[in-house]
Amino acid sequence: MTENYAWAPDIYDVLKDLDVRQVAYVPDAGHARLLKMCEADNAMRCIPLTTEEEGISLSAGAWLGGERAVMLLQSSGVGNCINMISLANTCRFPLLMLVTMRAQWREFNPWQKPMGEGTRPALEAMGVKVTQVDDPDQVGETVRSAGEQAYGWPDMAAVLLHQKLMPVKTFGK
Amino acid sequence: MDKQRADNYELHRREVAKTLLKDRTDDFLVVTGLGSPNWDATNAGDHPLTFPLWGAMGGAATMGLGLATAQPTKRVMVMTGDGEMLMAMGSFATIAAQGVENLAIVVFDNERYGETGMQATHTAGPVDMAAVAKACGFPVTATVKTETELMEALPLIKETKGPVFVDIKVKAEPLPFILPTKDGVHLKNRFREKLLGPDSLL
Repeated sequence: MTENYAWAPDIYDVLKDLDVRQVAYVPDAGHARLLKMCEADNAMRCIPLTTEEEGISLSAGAWLGGERAVMLLQSSGVGNCINMISLANTCRFPLLMLVTMRAQWREFNPWQKPMGEGTRPALEAMGVKVTQVDDPDQVGETVRSAGEQAYGWPDMAAVLLHQKLMPVKTFGK
Repeated sequence: MDKQRADNYELHRREVAKTLLKDRTDDFLVVTGLGSPNWDATNAGDHPLTFPLWGAMGGAATMGLGLATAQPTKRVMVMTGDGEMLMAMGSFATIAAQGVENLAIVVFDNERYGETGMQATHTAGPVDMAAVAKACGFPVTATVKTETELMEALPLIKETKGPVFVDIKVKAEPLPFILPTKDGVHLKNRFREKLLGPDSLL
């Protein structure tokens, strides 16, 4: 685990370099520090969603209007996105998803297992390029590479943030 | 549930689409939901600043949100159907929470799933879509059933500070398919080129 999510500012710096203006999210503890930084930034609009699939269509709309969007979500939320990814795939809209992972490492809650283990194959089945990172020192540059390709090609990219990057969640046990 | 009610609605969706899209300027950006609203918009006149969805059911409203957020000086209208909107009722909350002033969501509500055999939707039953939008925090909402009400709703859709939601009850009627190109990359690029200029494609 990484104390205090030390990699979060690295992601923030990369999102600034990439000129990301819309930050769509369903919150996860793993994204909390990054979200705080984005919320404090007047050049970024943070957009909480009721369900993650809204972020796929929102990202497409942002691109139509000339802005770049990023999605922050947990692995369980990837499952909520699947059909909507058709929009990015068919129209070649850029899509950048930063996914905090569950069910990988000292997971307490077995209900996280199906979608946690299904995250990568589900994304890949929909044509999304998936890169996983578990080294805190590599998080920023991994997001940079995924983002450059997503907005530059354009392409659909997901960065899976390994559960080792987050503190162990034990529900008070 | 009243499955026959919409057979007798006064407004015809093709005429409503023409009314909404008449005399549009390049400051008016349109996203249509999949199915009939797409064909209605195409019948009224294809336009590079209309993005007609062929899929992504449930995505039209939030696509409009992303677009309206990126383009705060333009008016964005999402034109979709009741079935598509019912799939995305959570996006009423997402949009209202953002308070985007330049976004109007218009539902052509024939109380049917038009592409799949005209099965009744929940709006043929107790669901009042404008009331849902209002409860989620849309400052401007209306339900339109007559030509007069449509004329009264036009300024709401085109210029009133929003987010605006208008549910237009339209007759459930079989209509011919009027199709735009289904090449999504082309639809995206022509929209961006018209709105942002040719350099946006580089």
